[in-house]
Amino acid sequence: MRISTLARHFREGFKSVVRNGWMSFASISAISISLFILGTFLILTLNVNQLVEQIESQVEIRVHLEVNTPEDQVRTLHNEIGSIPGVAQVEFIPKEEGLEFMKEALGDEGKELLEGYEGDNNPLPDSFKVTVDEPRNVAAVAEQIKQLNEGRVPPPIFKVYYGEGTVETLFTITKYVRIIGLVLVVGLAFTAMFLISNTIRITIFARRREIAIMKLVGATNNFIRWPFFVEGALLGLIGSIIPIAVLLFGYASLVDASRFNLGLMLIQLVPLEELAVVVSGILLGIGLVIGIWGSLISVHKFLKI
Amino acid sequence: MIEMQDVWKSYPDGSHALRGINVQVDRNEFVYIVGPSGAGKSTFMKLIYREVRPTRGQIFVNGFNLEKLKQRKIPYVRRNIGVIFQDFRLLPTLTVAENVAFAMEVIEAPRKIIRKRTMEVLELVRLQDKASAYPSQLSGGEQQRVAIARAIVNNPSVIIADEPTGNLDPDTSIEIMKLLEEINFRGTTIIMATHNKEIVNNFRKRVIAIENGVIVRDEMRGEYGYED
Repeated sequence: MRISTLARHFREGFKSVVRNGWMSFASISAISISLFILGTFLILTLNVNQLVEQIESQVEIRVHLEVNTPEDQVRTLHNEIGSIPGVAQVEFIPKEEGLEFMKEALGDEGKELLEGYEGDNNPLPDSFKVTVDEPRNVAAVAEQIKQLNEGRVPPPIFKVYYGEGTVETLFTITKYVRIIGLVLVVGLAFTAMFLISNTIRITIFARRREIAIMKLVGATNNFIRWPFFVEGALLGLIGSIIPIAVLLFGYASLVDASRFNLGLMLIQLVPLEELAVVVSGILLGIGLVIGIWGSLISVHKFLKI
Repeated sequence: MIEMQDVWKSYPDGSHALRGINVQVDRNEFVYIVGPSGAGKSTFMKLIYREVRPTRGQIFVNGFNLEKLKQRKIPYVRRNIGVIFQDFRLLPTLTVAENVAFAMEVIEAPRKIIRKRTMEVLELVRLQDKASAYPSQLSGGEQQRVAIARAIVNNPSVIIADEPTGNLDPDTSIEIMKLLEEINFRGTTIIMATHNKEIVNNFRKRVIAIENGVIVRDEMRGEYGYED
């Protein structure tokens, strides 16, 4: 194709967008709104995913033993826990160390409170800190540790702790965020596509004389199609650049603000640079697909004659 | 040049527009298609530039069998056919020169050639002074001349004219006929459907009469033959 021809197609496409002012505006708004919502959910999902990963990597199992469990039994248990499939590491924490941890955690205020519990007066149990190789296995491993009590009298394991429920809840939340986001976005994307194909139809209708003459003097179908293709792509492009700009600007301010506030809550946001690439890429891609698809639907129907 | 072999055309409503047309038009001929309204003249014309496809039969244009030609080759056949209508069909937002150039632009001719050729054909139809006027500023005869310029700008070997004088007064009609004769004289085949008795009888050419979808008369230097 000649450069001048390509330039002509782009000129015609631009002209149509301007000429169909209100319909273009409606189409662009529809794409913008749907992509804005998609983008919001995307950002939310990315951050929740990161949060889940963070929490998962911190999940560990605490096995508290009964007070006065004999040392040889402690050693047997250590080995048995270590041989459970999925266990990455088992660390024995004697009650003295446990007390130190507690003192550290409570700080100055706790000093008085914990006075006099050293040595034989230590009321804390010995314990194990168990890390697993795959965070998803935590519940299963914990269950197996509990079963080590069976057949032993008295049962040596007092309690098995892990962030029971927290991980599951987070998984459920991400799942619902994804589903709701997807449903909303698909619905809105169809609305946008419908609006665009209508806009293009109006363009075609306004230019049907022109198209009839084009066909009569021997323009190829591709030649006729091009400007509409450009128009649709343009609507999609503008419709995706707006929400990308708004979302990234908003997110940048959020990241800024979180340095002071969220930092305390130990939540780490996905860095802007990393998120910008993913969000822009996805929104731009979907915007263009919606725009071009919408225009091709209309043109296809028309050119079949 | 143009040949139809046993061409039938029925429309979905069951009406038969054409019933077994056999005809041959040679290079450089000037042919009138006459007959009552609804006899099938328009269908006959549309078949040639393939706006309509026959229900049965073969149509050859410049050696191409239209029925065997692939869909995407059709535009290239049309570039060899210029079409003129009763209602001119100009684009109101384009100037005279732009309307003519448009036909070359859409077949992607180089710009330089477009400019040169556009002025050439505007001279031929004697509208070079109105090149930058808009169709609405022109008389009917002038508009039809623009349409003719557009039809010939790509050097087609055939001109299909569907009642080109239908909207024009007698003097202007004669002017248009002289122009078409000149184009024919320069080597372009012309097929013209008309209801204009004066024209047919004064500019004697081959006459093909169609009635009820059948060719009832085909005479060299014929007469119009109807009373209207």
